[in-house]
Amino acid sequence: MTAVAPTALAPVRQKLSADEVLMRIGVVLVGCFLLLAVVLPIWALLKKAFEDKSGNFVGLANIEQFFATPSLATSAMNSVFIALVSTVLCVGLAFVYAYGLMRTCLPGRGFFRIVSQIPLLAPSLLPAISLVYLFGNQGFATWLLFGHSIYGPIGIVIGEVFWTFPHALIIVTTALAIADARHFEAAQSLKASEWRIFMTVTLPGIRYGLISATFVVFVLVITDFGVPKVIGEQYNVLATDIYKQVIGQQNFQMGAVVGLVLLTPAVIAFFIDRIAQRRQTALLSARAVPLIPKPNKTVDWAFFAICSVIAAMIIIVLAVAFIASIAKFWPYDLTPSLKNYNFDMMDGGGWESYRNSLTMSALTAVIGTAVIFTGAYLLEKTTRFSAPRSIVRFLTLLPLAVPGLVLGLGFIFFFNDKDNPLNFIYGTMAILVLCTIGHFYSVAHLTATTALKQIDPEFETVSSSLKVPIYKTFLFVTLPVCLPAVLEIAMYLFVNAMTTVSAVVFLYSPKTTLASIAVLNMDDAGDVAPAAAMAIMIFMTSAVVRILYTIATGSFLRRAQAWRRR
Amino acid sequence: MRRFSTSATLFGLALACAVPAAAGELTVYTALEADQLKAYKEAFEAANPGTTINWVRDSTGIVTAKLLAEKDNPQADVVLGLAATSLMLLDKEGMLMGYEPKGIQALTATYRDPANPPKWVGMDVWSSALCFNTVEGGKKGLTAPQSWADLIKPEYAGQITMPNPASSGTGYLMVSAWLQLMGEEKGWAYMDALHNNIAAYTHSGSKPCKQAAAGEYTMGLSFEYRANKSKQDGAPLDVILPSEGVGWDMEAASILATTKNVEDAKKLLDWSVSKEANELYAKSYAIVAMPGIAKPLEFVPADIEQRLIKNDFAWAAANRDRILAEWSKRYDGKSEPKS
Repeated sequence: MTAVAPTALAPVRQKLSADEVLMRIGVVLVGCFLLLAVVLPIWALLKKAFEDKSGNFVGLANIEQFFATPSLATSAMNSVFIALVSTVLCVGLAFVYAYGLMRTCLPGRGFFRIVSQIPLLAPSLLPAISLVYLFGNQGFATWLLFGHSIYGPIGIVIGEVFWTFPHALIIVTTALAIADARHFEAAQSLKASEWRIFMTVTLPGIRYGLISATFVVFVLVITDFGVPKVIGEQYNVLATDIYKQVIGQQNFQMGAVVGLVLLTPAVIAFFIDRIAQRRQTALLSARAVPLIPKPNKTVDWAFFAICSVIAAMIIIVLAVAFIASIAKFWPYDLTPSLKNYNFDMMDGGGWESYRNSLTMSALTAVIGTAVIFTGAYLLEKTTRFSAPRSIVRFLTLLPLAVPGLVLGLGFIFFFNDKDNPLNFIYGTMAILVLCTIGHFYSVAHLTATTALKQIDPEFETVSSSLKVPIYKTFLFVTLPVCLPAVLEIAMYLFVNAMTTVSAVVFLYSPKTTLASIAVLNMDDAGDVAPAAAMAIMIFMTSAVVRILYTIATGSFLRRAQAWRRR
Repeated sequence: MRRFSTSATLFGLALACAVPAAAGELTVYTALEADQLKAYKEAFEAANPGTTINWVRDSTGIVTAKLLAEKDNPQADVVLGLAATSLMLLDKEGMLMGYEPKGIQALTATYRDPANPPKWVGMDVWSSALCFNTVEGGKKGLTAPQSWADLIKPEYAGQITMPNPASSGTGYLMVSAWLQLMGEEKGWAYMDALHNNIAAYTHSGSKPCKQAAAGEYTMGLSFEYRANKSKQDGAPLDVILPSEGVGWDMEAASILATTKNVEDAKKLLDWSVSKEANELYAKSYAIVAMPGIAKPLEFVPADIEQRLIKNDFAWAAANRDRILAEWSKRYDGKSEPKS
């Protein structure tokens, strides 16, 4: 009797269908991709930080040396200071702007939305270059600084606030979009003052959004090196130190240690952000009534004024870069000329760099969208197989915690190793594409997942009972339905590939110079106006892609998505 | 399975785009100016059909550091247009191949490595020069300095930029010249005083002159080619060779001992000592390795060859690491932001 019981209790093992096998292989492949594009390079970097020049394990010796080097310790202090100030300013401005957009009836909302996205379309070098023209020793508006120099902390902070503004804005806007009108009505019927309502209803409602924005901006600033490279001059920060150590002195060990130091705040921010976001969505109950702002002349026009000032500053920064790029010889001869667009006579690889950037961005958009969307689909729709799925799901979010500079450095260590069978992609276009997809994986993945969650899971059930293989369902049902999300991912990847500097700066080769890096190299050689010209080329290209995306989602998708309407 | 094969194919395509260097291609590390590279490449490739140059360009210090870091797995076939003091360092590490280019007899005997066969051959001489913006100087009521000693006058505080010698060869030849002219102790004391007047240390040797040309700072310590070029482009500059004598270094060429493409590398060295190449160098520099080719630059004093200091290359190369470490300790990263 007792001998029979175990067999009776043994779980019934269901035979896996062909579809399930296929999907599980797919999940594993996506995991392998992320392993290659993120995990192994970071591992290589961590290992390097604990090795000496010949590759022997030396424990904490490099880290001790880091803290013993006074200039590096100063840089660390400078980095934290800059990041704190920039974060407070940026989140504050983003909050006011977002409040104007979401909670008031200010005129011109669409315009303000578009302008706020401008900084996303240019590398972080562009605001820094503009600031030199605005407030440098020959600037338009140098007197505004009352004798202070734009070179150094002031310039870095202004540049960083400009560059990170849209990132903070998106998060705060999303947080403000979620509100339960009943809370406000309740507060009003209790005769609470406007200020009291703001403090007890509005702010608590978006606190997690603000926390999230704070950490995102802090990490972006502390790891950005475009702005301090151009305008920091003698004010050293960690992000420029890592570049000096690796490129300037070819000291890879110390570069790895600085990378490790930069990784720490990013990882902490990653976990806090995760927690904050989970809480944020939990605030909204199913019975919530959406809040619709009521017109209020004083408030609306006040916010219109504030938002106009912020929007004007964004436009001025962009316009100044453009004007500087078409002036013949700033500041002595301001006749318009395309001389500065003659990139072939400058450092940085000339027009070839621009063409390389287009190729790299197109490949990143196409391959990245295919991999990321397919990956998101597999993770959503694969049944059971839960342990591998949750591991891979964690890996898809990991890039959020890895600054670009750190990832790029990791790529050198991992792929330039002679024993790595993939060594041959070092110095090629492939490594740039792989690194860029890895760098921007998470946001694209989250976009895909959100879109996929909106589709009824019945599609797969029905298809499988009709014996339609899963890839047909994917290609002919899921993909067309999710076309808006697919295009959004492709656009996001393209624009980021055009503007990124941090990860690829360690990986380009003479045959694969990029436009964004050409901006950096031309500025380094003192060709500031041509650097502004190349930054403008990048901006215009990203803007065109963005406009094409808007047109595509507008007209073409109206037809493709006709089924959504009744 | 189609979706996987699609992305696999695309990824394969991406890999295929990235063809590794084929025969007939030379990877050439250089610290020449970007606006010179195109002409050199075109001239060499026209004279040697089937061989192409892939440039890797950066400032002298970076190229030197990169070559040293890649010692175990060198990527370069040839170095063309790097400071002789840097090449001497590489030679000490045993990284250079001796080769006597065809036609080397036509060069001035001192503009080559004395070893036989030479490990490196000279191309041209570049020397420091000071760019002074007359418009900005006028606005501020400053007169142009005529000597190194003038530069430490208090009225120039915050008006001068100079290249960081750790990254820039132009920066290093200045520092090395000051130490040789004044002796170590006085040389460092001079730089301490100069540091008070310096607004910024730049990455490249060109940037100080370009910044002076744009009026961003009143004057920049740079080198004569850039000074001449910026003035030709219409900048309101005075080009000054300080009276105590100017530091200089030689741009030189060499083959890496590890190159797999010896034949093409030799062709490039042969070209680098040719009359045609020297004529190209002469467009940028007032002193080139082949006698009788050089002609004065439009805006640089014609007697520049007499103004060069007596330069001990062996000393400058042997003490490079020590001097740069000392320089970085004194002036790099410690300077507080000027607000």
